[in-house]
Amino acid sequence: MTSVAEARTPPAGERRAAGRRTAGHGTWFLVLPALVPILVFSVGPLLYGILLAFTDAQSGRTAATRWTGALNFRDLLHDTLFWESFRIGLVWAVGVTVPQFLLALGLALLLNQDLRLRGLARALAIVPWAMPEVVVGIMWRLVYNPDAGILNETLRDLGLGAGRDWLSGLATALPAVVVVGVWAGLPQTTVALLAGLQNVPRELHEAAAVDGAGAWRRFRTVTWPALRPVALAITALQLIWNLNSFALVYVLTGGGPGGKTRLPMLFAYEEAFRYGQFGYAAAMGCVLVAVVSVLLAVFLAGRLRGGDEA
Amino acid sequence: MTATRPRRSVRLPRSGRPAPRQRSTPRKRLAPGRPPAPRRRTRRAARAGQYAALLGYLLFLGFPLLWLLSTALKSPRELGSLHPAWIPRDPTPANVRQAFAEQPLAHAALNSLLVALGTAVVAVLIATPMAYVMARHRTRLARAATGWVVVSQAFPFVLVIIPLFLVLKNLRLIDSLLGLTLVYVVWALPFALWMLVGHVRAVPVELEEAAAVDGAGRLRTLVSVTAPLLGPGIAATALFAFVTAWNEFFFALVLLKSPGRQTLPVVLTHFIGAEGVADLGPLAAAAFLATLPSVAVFGILQRRITGGLLAGAVKS
Repeated sequence: MTSVAEARTPPAGERRAAGRRTAGHGTWFLVLPALVPILVFSVGPLLYGILLAFTDAQSGRTAATRWTGALNFRDLLHDTLFWESFRIGLVWAVGVTVPQFLLALGLALLLNQDLRLRGLARALAIVPWAMPEVVVGIMWRLVYNPDAGILNETLRDLGLGAGRDWLSGLATALPAVVVVGVWAGLPQTTVALLAGLQNVPRELHEAAAVDGAGAWRRFRTVTWPALRPVALAITALQLIWNLNSFALVYVLTGGGPGGKTRLPMLFAYEEAFRYGQFGYAAAMGCVLVAVVSVLLAVFLAGRLRGGDEA
Repeated sequence: MTATRPRRSVRLPRSGRPAPRQRSTPRKRLAPGRPPAPRRRTRRAARAGQYAALLGYLLFLGFPLLWLLSTALKSPRELGSLHPAWIPRDPTPANVRQAFAEQPLAHAALNSLLVALGTAVVAVLIATPMAYVMARHRTRLARAATGWVVVSQAFPFVLVIIPLFLVLKNLRLIDSLLGLTLVYVVWALPFALWMLVGHVRAVPVELEEAAAVDGAGRLRTLVSVTAPLLGPGIAATALFAFVTAWNEFFFALVLLKSPGRQTLPVVLTHFIGAEGVADLGPLAAAAFLATLPSVAVFGILQRRITGGLLAGAVKS
């Protein structure tokens, strides 16, 4: 994650010299194989998508697509279903990212200690990252299953009521999928923070301990300043990834019950590929891009500031 | 980030980190070697608390995995019983057979394998030269590429998928594994570039300069000097691209329509019926099997994930 900032910093003198020496038309030959697919399948579609948002494009229509100006956006403004979905998306993104960060911070600090079982914990902490999102969704469906699920069985054993149908309950569906989101994203955040912890000057930590600073004080004055840039970067990325998340909730609830877990991605997917409203769905995508851009700007600004401090 | 401070790799299981009580500053040490008793007691209490917390994490991370395995091994009769148990009463592999009978799993796995292998090979082939340029040259193009790597993280797929669908339709690559592979390659590129740039930076420029002095051309230098040194980094990148493609769901859902061409994650969702009713045993068995390749690859990569990969990224 930090390589981003790293790439912006000027290179060492020797490298600059080497770069200047070999830079030239030959570079194109090395870059082209990657550049063409990037332009055709990434940059191009993105720009095309933004244009589509200003048209009445529909799937499988024979009539020519026309420009409609900002009509899609005006419609969106009054689309209460979309804004409800947008609100759910924000609740989901923040609800997943914040607890995930706190849990990951705790785990990273623990894994940074000399504890037994650390190897097992590290291995286990990687597994959710490796799993296909669809499998994570299926697995948690089994956990939440009202009859054959372990969650209700455990609650029954503990005498905490008869259990419920977590993923179908209007009140429980969103919290239930948020828990899965936290579980699934914990590894990336933990690994990033663990890497960030290597930047914490151990000598300073020890000196502070000798001077009688307690654990919390040491964390605040020594660990956190060194960890802050990484923490900020991974939190911003997780927030963005979570706003873009699709597969997990698609498998868990399909957006139900009654749209209570219909994230913006699911909403736009249905709009585009179930109802064929390409233009309208693209406009939704644009709104999401705008939100994500703001987040990205905050992230980059924070990164640069963090870079100055470090 | 100063260069004077010794940097330790993240992978620390048995590395030579000083014992926690060994302090670098000897001042104020009251009883040499042994802290005073009350302090030791609080320390022991803190240790206990840390172990309790770690145990909590292990439970939270591990229990869904165990439950998946447990469900996969249960007989249909046991799955219908009122009180599901952690340990299956008579573990049976019947669910695996049932899963293969219900859905074209083998075929889907083959599709996934083709797409994932294609993605890994092509991504590495085109990302390595590009990463080399990005790491070694300060051209405007390299900077633009770096910007794309960052921004692509924020692309809402929904904005990209509709035009992508139309573009692929025009190229007659919709509902084709080749088209999906191309999409995956581009989708895996940001991460691949990011990893490879770090690895290229770790190769000393002096080696390349020596090769140039000896009369090797640019391509020759890249192929015979740099690429071999990048070997481990390239392998890790390929494995990551493989897992990314193997696990991906959204693009596959939209871009593949014929049942015979669908990849494993898409076919897995077919186990869940329209009303959300699922045949739990075969579902669990199939999901478990679909995970094994990814977890195996991550097992190989684990050292690198917690160590080299991010150490390389954080290294300044």
